[in-house]
Amino acid sequence: MRILVPLKRVVDPYAKVKPLGDGSGLSTQGLKFEINPFDEIAIEESVRLREKLGNTEIIVISIGSPECEEQLRKALAMGADQAILVETTDIFDSPSVADELNAWVLKLEPNLVLMGKQATDDDCNQVGQMLAAKLNWPQATFASKIEVNGSQVLVTRETDTGDEVLQLDLPAVITADLRLNEPRYIALPGIIKARSKPLDCQAPLATPRLRTRILSYCEPPPRIAGQKVDSVDALILAIKARGAL
Amino acid sequence: MAELLAICFKAHEAFPLAGLAAKLGKSFDLLLLTGAVPQGHGAERIFTAELQEIPPADGIGSPLATFSKPYRYIVAASSMQSKDVLGRLAGLLDASMITDVISVDSATQFKRPILAGAVIAVVEVLEFPVVITARTAGFAAPESQPDSPVEAISVAVATMSRLVSRNARSGSRPDLTQARVVVTGGRPLKNSATFESVIGGLADALGGAVGATRAAVDSGIAPNELQVGQTGKIVAPDLYIAAGVSGSTQHMAGIKDSKLIVAINKDPEAPIFEVADLGLVADLFDALPELQKKLTP
Ligand SMILES: Cc1cc2nc3c(=O)[nH]c(=O)nc-3n(C[C@H](O)[C@H](O)[C@H](O)COP(=O)(O)OP(=O)(O)OC[C@H]3O[C@@H](n4cnc5c(N)ncnc54)[C@H](O)[C@@H]3O)c2cc1C
Ligand SMILES: Nc1ncnc2c1ncn2[C@@H]1O[C@H](COP(=O)(O)O)[C@@H](O)[C@H]1O
Repeated sequence: MRILVPLKRVVDPYAKVKPLGDGSGLSTQGLKFEINPFDEIAIEESVRLREKLGNTEIIVISIGSPECEEQLRKALAMGADQAILVETTDIFDSPSVADELNAWVLKLEPNLVLMGKQATDDDCNQVGQMLAAKLNWPQATFASKIEVNGSQVLVTRETDTGDEVLQLDLPAVITADLRLNEPRYIALPGIIKARSKPLDCQAPLATPRLRTRILSYCEPPPRIAGQKVDSVDALILAIKARGAL
Repeated sequence: MAELLAICFKAHEAFPLAGLAAKLGKSFDLLLLTGAVPQGHGAERIFTAELQEIPPADGIGSPLATFSKPYRYIVAASSMQSKDVLGRLAGLLDASMITDVISVDSATQFKRPILAGAVIAVVEVLEFPVVITARTAGFAAPESQPDSPVEAISVAVATMSRLVSRNARSGSRPDLTQARVVVTGGRPLKNSATFESVIGGLADALGGAVGATRAAVDSGIAPNELQVGQTGKIVAPDLYIAAGVSGSTQHMAGIKDSKLIVAINKDPEAPIFEVADLGLVADLFDALPELQKKLTP
């Protein structure tokens, strides 16, 4: 089995990111960058599937600047067999990422694309669904459990009102949600040991065709810290005074 | 011919989507996938797919894409289901897409939250059609309009993945995204029984819905559909009570549209106090039962 895991380098989701003064961009000076948490879960799941099924090749791929090598190296240390950096300084919106990944799927012929449900920087939650559409493959988004048997896969996925189980024929696209697994911790020695694994730099197969672009960034309207009360009675009075009860 | 198609997974979504169309200054048609037909929103035409239940996204995606072809704007209320289905639809139409729109600035410019709501981005559409999921809290329903004509349509579902089982735990409490009052519990609620009695008890006394943090869901204290935040539900109640919730950026992403945020936490330095309108430093296992007793009508 061959699993393709697209991963995105994102600013640390716990960092406080502010827009630049003129709103033209984001100030990420001195902030840490990570593998998108949902993609790290997708990598972890692909490694666990290989442990269960054997005979599985895991390729991780990222479209972005040369700095993405850091995240791809970590993915190799987590257990990926091969990494591809699609090197570009162009901006790719989600549909353009889906177009690029579509071209790579046709080239690499995986039978499973396992990826994150959203990137925590843009929060678009689009690429997986768009890629599945372009490939005309079955899709299962927000996966919390995956069981592969032969050419079929059972996916438990979270929904607005609970969860459901879908059965898909491979090849398929699955996007990972938070509860799928808890990624293993990789210490520095692990990352250094993975230095020997192949990391392949490639040019994009398609030029991005932006369907949307971001004009400016601003801070949301602030919520000023309110008042502290010192008893339940005082709290009830204050809530009623605000007309909320 | 209307330029905007509002796709409704639930009838009540028609009204905020009508509000969005009004902000754009566009007339709209409405496609209702399932359930009773809503009226009074002012759609030019209502199409009903009359599906018993909504099939998986890779089954409903292509017929919806075919039906949506004549429209410039294809809009639904943000939910996990609409992101699943409209994401596929946008891929099939090779269209642009904007997720979680919170306001309309012009016919081509929209605002949406990024980085778990820490920053707002102004997004410009460069190519039509555009597929949009919108956060309904940002759009007021228009005042009542005369009934719209209704036309049943057949939807040829191209089944790909098979639905093996569906577990909808919608329970008796109000829908989290529609509730006027939400009571949320976090990590300290120990187990599901304690969560149900302490958090559920207060919610029921207020006729409200129950929410949870990721930490509570991950530790099995609460089911996944109650998670509020960046990767859970977005709520906009009049009153949001957060008990034992530290106030992480990811959780706050889901509650910013609440009119009044009340935080109950035993740690005076908990980040949530920086955003809450009212704060009580106390042990929730004392404060909530007392609150419930004093507020039970
Ligand atoms: C990619 C990503 C997405 C995420 N998405 C979400 C999301 O959608 N929603 C979400 O909620 N989180 C989300 N998180 C997790 C988030 O970052 C926090 O970890 C989580 O919200 C913390 O939950 P908590 O406040 O219940 O727990 P904690 O942070 O542990 O806070 C518990 C609080 O309870 C207080 N407390 C303890 N005992 C008592 C007591 N007896 N009485 C009163 N107060 C008490 C403590 O002082 C503390 O402030 C996400 C994280 C990542 C990385
Ligand atoms: N630049 C990128 N390179 C590789 N994969 C990406 C990239 N951007 C997004 N993805 C994948 O698409 C998923 C959803 O991204 P988005 O639709 O942008 O929220 C992510 O979790 C990744 O798996």
